[in-house]
Amino acid sequence: MTSSKIEIPGEVKSDPAALMASLQLMPSPVPNPEIKYTKIFINNEWQDSVSGKVFPVYNPATGEQICEVQEADKADVDKAVQAARLAFSLGSVWRRMDASERGRLLSKLADLVERDSVYLATIESLDSGKPFLPTLFVDLQGTIKTLRYFAGYADKIHGTSIPMDGEYLTFTRYEPIGVCGQIVPWNFPLMMTAWKLGPALACGNTVVLKPAEETPLTCLYMAALIKEAGFPPGVINILPGFGPTAGAAIASHMGIDKVAFTGSTEVGKLIQEAAGKSNLKRVTLELGGKNPNIIFADADLDLAVEEAHQGVFFNAGQCCTAGSRIYVEEPIYDEFVRRSVERAKRRIVGSPFDPMTEQGPQISREHQSRVLEFIQSGITEGAKLECGGKALGLKGFFIEPTVFSNVRDDMRIAREEIFGPVQQIMKFKTIDEVIERANNSDYGLVAAVFTKDISKAMTISSAMQAGTVWINCFNALSTQCPFGGYKMSGNGRELGENGLKEYSEVKTITIKMVAKNS
Amino acid sequence: LQRAAAWFEHGEMVLSALFYQSRCTRNDVLTFLMFQLFINNEWQDAVSGKTFPTINPASGEVICQVAEADEADVEKAVKAASNAFRLGSPWRRMDASHRGLLLNRLADAIERDAAYLAELETLDNGKPYAVAYAVDLPTVVKCLRYYAGWADKWEGKTIPIDGDYFCYTRHEPVGVCGQIIPWNFPLLMQAWKLGPALATGNTVVMKVAEQTPLTALYVASLIKEVGFPEGVVNILPGMGPTAGAAIARHMDVDKVAFTGSTEVGHLIQQASGSSNLKKVTLELGGKSPNIILSDADMEYAVEQSHFALFFNQGQCCCAGSRTYVQADVYDEFVERSVERAKKRVVGDPFDLKTEQGPQIDQEQFNKILGYISSGKREGAKLMCGGGIAADRGYFIQPTVFGDVQDNMTIAREEIFGPVMQILKFKTLEEVVTRANDTKYGLAAAVFTKDIDKANYVSSGLRAGTVWINCYDVFGAQAPFGGYKASGVGRELGQYGLDNYTEVKTVNTVPIKNLFSALVVCLLHTSLPLCTVLSAAVFPPKNDKKAKFLLFSTKKFNLQNA
Repeated sequence: MTSSKIEIPGEVKSDPAALMASLQLMPSPVPNPEIKYTKIFINNEWQDSVSGKVFPVYNPATGEQICEVQEADKADVDKAVQAARLAFSLGSVWRRMDASERGRLLSKLADLVERDSVYLATIESLDSGKPFLPTLFVDLQGTIKTLRYFAGYADKIHGTSIPMDGEYLTFTRYEPIGVCGQIVPWNFPLMMTAWKLGPALACGNTVVLKPAEETPLTCLYMAALIKEAGFPPGVINILPGFGPTAGAAIASHMGIDKVAFTGSTEVGKLIQEAAGKSNLKRVTLELGGKNPNIIFADADLDLAVEEAHQGVFFNAGQCCTAGSRIYVEEPIYDEFVRRSVERAKRRIVGSPFDPMTEQGPQISREHQSRVLEFIQSGITEGAKLECGGKALGLKGFFIEPTVFSNVRDDMRIAREEIFGPVQQIMKFKTIDEVIERANNSDYGLVAAVFTKDISKAMTISSAMQAGTVWINCFNALSTQCPFGGYKMSGNGRELGENGLKEYSEVKTITIKMVAKNS
Repeated sequence: LQRAAAWFEHGEMVLSALFYQSRCTRNDVLTFLMFQLFINNEWQDAVSGKTFPTINPASGEVICQVAEADEADVEKAVKAASNAFRLGSPWRRMDASHRGLLLNRLADAIERDAAYLAELETLDNGKPYAVAYAVDLPTVVKCLRYYAGWADKWEGKTIPIDGDYFCYTRHEPVGVCGQIIPWNFPLLMQAWKLGPALATGNTVVMKVAEQTPLTALYVASLIKEVGFPEGVVNILPGMGPTAGAAIARHMDVDKVAFTGSTEVGHLIQQASGSSNLKKVTLELGGKSPNIILSDADMEYAVEQSHFALFFNQGQCCCAGSRTYVQADVYDEFVERSVERAKKRVVGDPFDLKTEQGPQIDQEQFNKILGYISSGKREGAKLMCGGGIAADRGYFIQPTVFGDVQDNMTIAREEIFGPVMQILKFKTLEEVVTRANDTKYGLAAAVFTKDIDKANYVSSGLRAGTVWINCYDVFGAQAPFGGYKASGVGRELGQYGLDNYTEVKTVNTVPIKNLFSALVVCLLHTSLPLCTVLSAAVFPPKNDKKAKFLLFSTKKFNLQNA
């Protein structure tokens, strides 16, 4: 089975019978999946934490504990950095390896993830609460494709030879930076791991990676696949643990040459500070967003409503790319709100393992409370609650799909990142006005515009202060295209060729020549 | 070299097991094969019904009969390839990353069947099995994997063009590509051609050499197996003057890539000129200089120079066939080279000890023996070899000529056989001038420990590839091709993609620019154009639209650079 042959049925949703028929053909989650790996992965070996501490991992759909995992802190980070440094030492197996062979290993890893994708999707659903089928089709495919993409790049990271002035021959080499600390979030645990590992390994770095404490399980299983694929010991080390301990130890470590973090803007600032205080390690950050989604009156309304709905509610609203400020042109505002509310009411919230489920629980009790608190502030500040607004169910961390209209730009729900299933819909009149309002934010991750007018589309897309702009689509992410933030949404870019630059040092080599010619 | 040795040793271990097995089943080797033309993922007889024999050069015996494509079959194949390339076809609609995945799957399938393919290659071509298995097959697999990775990375650009335009480029496939490949590395040349053509989304009509059609036909079955859509790759065994010529002059072939002799390269370029100006890339002959300075590591230089010339029975376009040795080490170098050549093991290509198998066919065999006679006649000193090496098959003794002068035929023409010419030089300036005094410019090498001399020679040589203290170092990552009459364009590396790409520049013209054009016309008082443009910008009965246009002009002025 090849990856591109798998397609999510999009059209059949309106026909329940056809949907049920197609769901019959879908892969099923692994029943009662065994959790095989709960330890720290250093030097291709499974280790207990130095402190002996463990922490519980919960199923957010039930609030029940799944298992306990070894908890890494500073002492374990030290061990992992030592292993990664050794693996990076001159003359090591990893450093002597042909670039194409690094690509082969990444390619093998992709094949192994593909082989075990149903199991991995099951664990991912269990641990993060995201619905199983989208996990299989979006997260797992995204993971496999990212690994394959960067596998292909390993032997294509070209330096240049440079016609410099004088009697010299100059060329550049793209060399790995060294030991890379990588801290990944809980919203796409496996895919964010692939986004981090792909370019780091293609470029020849070694890695100390901390998965989120909420969702360490798939990442640890990936560690087993890394070993199976044949990566040399110490090249990839995976340490489940908490931000203030293990994460902070990575960010301030003198033996780590680069740190890459995906998570909140608040923590992003701490990482940058820690790098400044320690060894000026290179920093790339993928942080929060409060992303404008601009709908003009001439847009295809059916498409715009559905894309705007998915744009904010996808992954239970827990996306840094969530289109959480929807600016709608005045003539169609009421109709847009009406249809959006109708769509939100139809959204199926439920067990992640029910194939009909569109929306699972939020990641944790704490996060659920935070989102509900945002909803309360919206009501208090005078936005109109059109639907939803409450917690759902007795156990698990579910929230009703929630829509606010008559939202003003100065309200908290219009300024801060909610990271939950809450849609804000605002009204605008002119293109100048909407450009100014959309850009009036600390964030600048993504933006979208829906219109049939090519001039408006191009005007908006060049005016947005955002790292990605989608025209008549949303969340159209792909491993070939760079992704990252303007302003406080981040530093640097992941994916695409740009993603490689963040994991390379350029070395300029100049040789004295005799009798140079063109 | 150590790595190569380790590789080889590993290869041999695997081989001894495989070899035993294959010896028992040699007669069955052909049962896996189809001997027809591969068009539209189907096996077909030639329209004419003709076949031709393919011969085992180690024995001179016929292996089997293969369908012989000519113009009518090329016509069918081009139709299939054009259809596979039509807008909306599965191949055109396919994600670039999926094209890459198919190429990766092809590489996997070839890797799986490597022992079989190596055996078939040796049978048909005569190259030692150990070399086919340990060199040709792994490089084929690596080449396909390399281009698999490029499929979704061949990016166009966005361009900050002057004015209120948005400009970008798309890298689009050229279309139907004719590819004509030689017999010296049948599988590898097939991979060099298919890799970049398919990664960039073209469709292919490939003519394989009439001497060595078998492995290409097996690969055709793998192409079908891994799921390339029908018509994307079509493979036609046939002769140059019929099938090859039909490809080169075909009006619906958008590009032709040829690897072979310079003589035929001229014909291909001409055929393109007299037909549809199809794009042409050529990898042709060489008479590559290999320059040994007196400070070089002698033992190493002798071995590398021996390898540079004798590898693949001397049947390499990049063979180091003019070995220039600095005067003070000349005699020692010749003596050691002769010693090494005498030790070269010529024999049954399936014997794992064999270094050199037979030449490809009777014609080449006769031609090489003719060159050896001319060398003797023109006064070069025959140091060893010079004769036939077996009583059947096309084996020739490893041959070394000393005291060769630049004007001798053996120092000017491509011999394509196991015949080494060693020439003497004194100064660097002299050797660079002499090395460049040839119509060819494919490859060159220099052996020295001195970095200044290495740089001086490597930048002064007119050749597409220069090796410093090594020879025949190829990687899918590094471009390869010729200066001068050694070819046009480059294969391999990122450069290899250029030859299979049309660049499309897309300028979107926002409505505002129609308005600017009107202003420009007014300024230049070009009245007729003004009328047309103003009708477009201000349609007589549509005031609303005119207003909107002005509105949108204003918006564009707000646009940030």
